[in-house]
Amino acid sequence: MTSRGLQLHRVAKSFGALPVLGDISLHVAEGEFVTIVGPSGAGKSTILRLLTGTETPDAGSLLFNGKPLGAGNARFAFMPQRDALMPWRRIIDNAALGLEVQGLGRAEARAKVAPLFAPFGLSGFERHYPAQLSGGMRQRAALLRTIVQAHDMLLLDEPFGALDALTRAGMQEWLQGMWANHRWTALLITHDVREAVFLSDRIYLLSGRPARVLREFKVPLSRPRRLADLGSAEARAIETDILEILLHRETASRI
Amino acid sequence: MALLSSSSARSAPLSVLSGVLPAAGAILFAVAAWELYADLSGIRPSILPAPSRVLTQAWLNRQALIDNSLPTIRATLSGFACSLAIAFVFSVAMDFAQALRRALFPIFVISQTLPLVAIAPLIVLWFGFGLLPKILLVALVTFFPMLVALLQGYEATDKDVTELLVSMKASRWRIFTLARLPSALPYFFAGLRISITYAVVGAIFAEYAGAARGLGIYILTAKNNFRPDLVLAAVLLSAALTLICFAAVVLIERMAMPWRSKEGDGSQ
Repeated sequence: MTSRGLQLHRVAKSFGALPVLGDISLHVAEGEFVTIVGPSGAGKSTILRLLTGTETPDAGSLLFNGKPLGAGNARFAFMPQRDALMPWRRIIDNAALGLEVQGLGRAEARAKVAPLFAPFGLSGFERHYPAQLSGGMRQRAALLRTIVQAHDMLLLDEPFGALDALTRAGMQEWLQGMWANHRWTALLITHDVREAVFLSDRIYLLSGRPARVLREFKVPLSRPRRLADLGSAEARAIETDILEILLHRETASRI
Repeated sequence: MALLSSSSARSAPLSVLSGVLPAAGAILFAVAAWELYADLSGIRPSILPAPSRVLTQAWLNRQALIDNSLPTIRATLSGFACSLAIAFVFSVAMDFAQALRRALFPIFVISQTLPLVAIAPLIVLWFGFGLLPKILLVALVTFFPMLVALLQGYEATDKDVTELLVSMKASRWRIFTLARLPSALPYFFAGLRISITYAVVGAIFAEYAGAARGLGIYILTAKNNFRPDLVLAAVLLSAALTLICFAAVVLIERMAMPWRSKEGDGSQ
């Protein structure tokens, strides 16, 4: 087992009488893009809440670089499902939010995020309010806010779930390109199987509640990737496997 | 009519005008009907004065009206300011301490069930004819709506935003100032718009129960002297005061929430 990166060992979590996470063991190596795929309501977001510290596990261990979480040793940059931009802050101040929370002054924080607006396709929109931006731009602003915190790892909770299909495809391709340049350590949560295959180095497939890891897939596509690569035999094999398990094995085991 | 139909689609001032015109027309019509009735029916002005008489008498008695408005304005604004400050402090404390909220909220609800008619003379009896009882009564009628608006506003904070700030390891106080307080602004201003109208009425009511000067006591005296024209003149003035306060609140609201006026435009 690698010691650098994130490790979850036999993690379980219940909410009252409802067991949400049954037995989760997984790891994310440094510089790796890992995705968790699973049916809706399987507790995927609960895993992220355990990592951000919003919830605490009932059993099991969460380690980052070999040390248990919660001692303030690991810093995750979290991107929630909906963009969670503050409507009263201009885009530049939304992007700088994490830096301000870290203790930087507003001017200093703004100066630090400003150069990133061009690569994120947001130049010219610094002084706009979130309501003035399209869904795709809002999501890019939310990702910019996440990245700029320069933390050890990104946690992405279905970041493109609320976008229309075309915008989503564009965002996936854009994120893939950004990731190929920066190699952020990232954990993505999604129920979009194609998105998982396209973006990830590895994929964990979760069962329904109480969630367990059903299978682990390596995605052998080379980088940088293009959406057309999803048509390759390897990509389609993984996609079919995942869908097969999600649709058939899952329902069969429940009946 | 041609003016109306063309303006509604075009420039902003004209469309504002077309929004106001129906209301202005309705008021004008009612006043005209009242004037005609008062002039033609032969009813005595000491029962129902015509609008024209109300206006002339208001002008003739302008000095007395202004002298009596100033204490009312003072009572309204200071009472409202006190109420706002106290409501804010309590709302913050109650947002941070649920126990405090459970302890105090029922008391505040009960304070709203007290009939003002009975309370106002008592407060005057206890605190005299000065400014203090007016401030207390204005605060009594406006405190609760403001407190509820603020508490509700804090609760309306987007759960995702809170979770995001928790993931950034923001302290409870930072979460309050960065997310909960700005989230409460729309609720705060909605409450402010309602309670500023209560505030003027509250001040006049307090003066009615006993005061040396003020619109409330002026109304009472005019009524006792069989001068309904002066009563109505004072009522008109108090309505104008309320409208001015209301407009001021709307103006402050616009300035405090610049993002609201830009919502919806430019999203592709």
